[in-house]
Amino acid sequence: MAVNTPAIETYLVNTPVREKPFPFAKLALITVAMLFMALFLLLPLIVVFSEALSAGLGEYLSALADPGVLSAIWMTVAIAAVAVPANVLFGIIASWCIARFKFTGREFLITLIDLPFSISPVVAGLLQVLLFGTTGLFGPWLSDHNIQIIFALPGMILATTFVTFPFVARELIPLAQEQGNDEEEAAVTLGASGLQIFWRVSLPKLRWGLLYGVLLCNARAMGEFGAVSVVSGKVFGYTDTLSLAVESLYDSYEIQAAFATASLLAMLALVTLVLKAALEWAHRDELHALKRKKAAT
Amino acid sequence: MSTTIEIKNITRSFGRHTVLNDVNLAVQPGELLALLGPSGSGKTTLLRLIAGLDFPDTGIIKFDKDDALGRKPKERGVGFVFQHYALFRHMTVFENIAFALRIRRAPKAEVTERVNALLKLIQLETLASRYPAQLSGGQRQRVALARALAIQPRVLLLDEPFGALDAVVRRDLRRWLRQLHEEMNITTLFVTHDQEEAFELADRVVIMNAGQINQEGTPIDIYREPANVFVHEFLGESNKFLATIKSGLVQAAAGFPLGTTTAPDGQATAYIRPHHILLRPSLRGAWRVQRLTSTGAHARVTIAHNETQAESAMPADALLESGLTEGAPIDVTFTGGTLFDAQGKTPTKLTALKPTLTQFTNLHSA
Amino acid sequence: MSATIGRRQFAWRQPSILPGFAPSLTITLVWLGVIVVGPLAVMLWFTAGLGWHGFFSILSRPRVLGDLWVSVWTAFAASAVNAVFGLLVAWVLTRYEFPGRRFADALVDLPFALPTAVAGIALSTLYAPNGWIGSLLAPLGIKIAFTPAGIVVAMMFISLPFIVRTVQPIIEDLEYEQEEAAHLMGATGAEIFRRIIFPAILPALLTGFALAFARALGEYGSIIFIAGNKPMVSEILPLLIMAQLDQFDYQGATAIGTLMLFVSFVLLLAINLLQAWVRRRHGG
Repeated sequence: MAVNTPAIETYLVNTPVREKPFPFAKLALITVAMLFMALFLLLPLIVVFSEALSAGLGEYLSALADPGVLSAIWMTVAIAAVAVPANVLFGIIASWCIARFKFTGREFLITLIDLPFSISPVVAGLLQVLLFGTTGLFGPWLSDHNIQIIFALPGMILATTFVTFPFVARELIPLAQEQGNDEEEAAVTLGASGLQIFWRVSLPKLRWGLLYGVLLCNARAMGEFGAVSVVSGKVFGYTDTLSLAVESLYDSYEIQAAFATASLLAMLALVTLVLKAALEWAHRDELHALKRKKAAT
Repeated sequence: MSTTIEIKNITRSFGRHTVLNDVNLAVQPGELLALLGPSGSGKTTLLRLIAGLDFPDTGIIKFDKDDALGRKPKERGVGFVFQHYALFRHMTVFENIAFALRIRRAPKAEVTERVNALLKLIQLETLASRYPAQLSGGQRQRVALARALAIQPRVLLLDEPFGALDAVVRRDLRRWLRQLHEEMNITTLFVTHDQEEAFELADRVVIMNAGQINQEGTPIDIYREPANVFVHEFLGESNKFLATIKSGLVQAAAGFPLGTTTAPDGQATAYIRPHHILLRPSLRGAWRVQRLTSTGAHARVTIAHNETQAESAMPADALLESGLTEGAPIDVTFTGGTLFDAQGKTPTKLTALKPTLTQFTNLHSA
Repeated sequence: MSATIGRRQFAWRQPSILPGFAPSLTITLVWLGVIVVGPLAVMLWFTAGLGWHGFFSILSRPRVLGDLWVSVWTAFAASAVNAVFGLLVAWVLTRYEFPGRRFADALVDLPFALPTAVAGIALSTLYAPNGWIGSLLAPLGIKIAFTPAGIVVAMMFISLPFIVRTVQPIIEDLEYEQEEAAHLMGATGAEIFRRIIFPAILPALLTGFALAFARALGEYGSIIFIAGNKPMVSEILPLLIMAQLDQFDYQGATAIGTLMLFVSFVLLLAINLLQAWVRRRHGG
């Protein structure tokens, strides 16, 4: 078809690289994809706030002022305040040993660190029960010494630490591998000691990846439900976290209060997403490399 | 007072792969030495061993009379410029250069003074507060150099210092580095795979291949008298002819005379550089011009003797004057070359069969 | 002679100039042992205590088998639907420029960030017969909340980003020239997709599918509110573990936990193999 030839040429010369030849198909694809996202992602988010405010702002605020909710906020913060720094510390140390050195078994170690990602949170909770529950491995010893771990804060912290274990490490390891050891070696030739290299070169170099990992780790630690649900006493106003309070309230048909509490967690999620997007935008060169590397490994 | 470096019997392997095999080298004080070789020849590993970034399996490295291997990199007094510079991405140019001084807890005033002096040396005073990402390749290279010089090293080591730069910047920086070396007179080693770079910059060139040093010497000596086939081939294009030597006369296997030599009778391989092939139009010539090409200032002439092809080179202007045309019959004279034995070693000179006519010489030096 | 000695070569690790290998490796291993490997080993030890017979008699309970089937087919269905829509979303977000693209791109990660309990009550409210979506579907005779379809919807919500984020970088790396070349050779849009684009994306899509499947299988929080939690029909395995624990049947819970762990390992192995395939394909 001789008629077609000039059309193709025009398209090749004039069309920007990302454009497709059929604007209709493009428009249809965009519409379907965005409708899908609106239906499956945006609508659940909107319904949280709409239900939370369904009885007016006054009811909303009074639901949040409930002592049970306030105690849940405190529990949530307390758990994250231990689990997140623990995983940050672990992530930094693990990334130093895995990304800066080459040794046999390195890949296997990464697989082990990633393991909690693929384990059901309920199983993570179950593990704590098997260790510290009354019939668990350390149960008799703990009850002899009157130490309560399960159905109390320590168990919830342990379960959360398990679930969020890989978050920081798996951001830092590929980033550190991508960045390589050149700067560290340069620091060695310039006379820096091990600790000086770590504090002045390695850590600052990783700071955005670290912040990114902390952000995601914190979001999961504060929002964790399944694992914590197994080991919590589930007493509203006592051992409930925000997530568990949502369940307690919902199950007792206090729908509006449940959604008000849920809206706090939803806001946490939104803040996390905004910060994450801002971080990705501001440091896209660094983190883009990371994304690419993660997708391939 | 500059430092000598003495390297003895250095061997380094990674697993089963031997990267350096019994390497010996002496570097003179204040010398500017190039380690030249293809990738994988072990030159970067040698540089890293000298810096203390890697350890040999066996061998000795001495700075002056000092055992360097027993010392940490910090104590060796080495300045190292990395191939991709390895500038600290989160520090400004100033802080990058100041790093080593801060590590040594130098007084603030001294740090400022010294860094400013170095910034002036690399002509980047105005960019002190920039980050590495905001600099051009050439600027980064100079910052890396200033950072290495901050501790006033005894030895300066550069790994492919111009590898990541474009041609023009590369040429300028090369001259600048040469000047700098003349002013400071620090014993300097640099690694490169670029022959032109090594020859232009270095006092002495060390040619490495497959973990061993194949030849060392001044650029002129190496080019004139390559020690083996590898060096000859690595240093640029050449024509290669199988040949037979009989009582001093060298005859190509393809059936044309090549020249004379002092080598004993037997088989040999003759290597002849394109500019050692002189051409003259001649109706009874046994060779023919097959193709004329211009690369700008130079012209290449592909010539053929029956099935055998060869490449000749001459200044483009000389080609114009010669009146050579494609297809024309010509006479060929080989004005120089090197003969190697069957092992590709024991080089001997190949000299022209008969005295070169003045008109040829004129033609080629025009 | 002290100068002639080189460093001793440890066969299992390359020597490095950087310090801190031994302490950092020790801390990593100890921490990993205490938090992850140790507890998992304890669970396996408890399971071993049941003996083969005990273990299989628990797993062959009809409720366990029924719930396993529910978990597997819903997770499979959710991942399969997501593979289609996830690919579409990834394609649109990567290849096209349109208003709101950056917002949509950030929104993809919402299921990562939104706590599962919140997602659970939100989806349950949306799809309940009197909810925004449920009330539209009810006249058509379609029920989603409190049926297995509800489980699929919840699983789709939480596993969507796994597929989008795995496929996106691969689409970014596709050479547009290949499509242009095919276009010049006369291929239609559909042919280009089927013959050029899809084969290039397939390994990553399968990896994303496996990741989504693994996540959906283990998911608990977002599902329990919308599922009917009727044993063997709309009850998932994690909820069954919960139920066993509530009845103090620790042996049952342990056996089912081990089963889930086993499935996780198989999926992890599959994912690793798939990723090795992706790496070979893309040389990354």
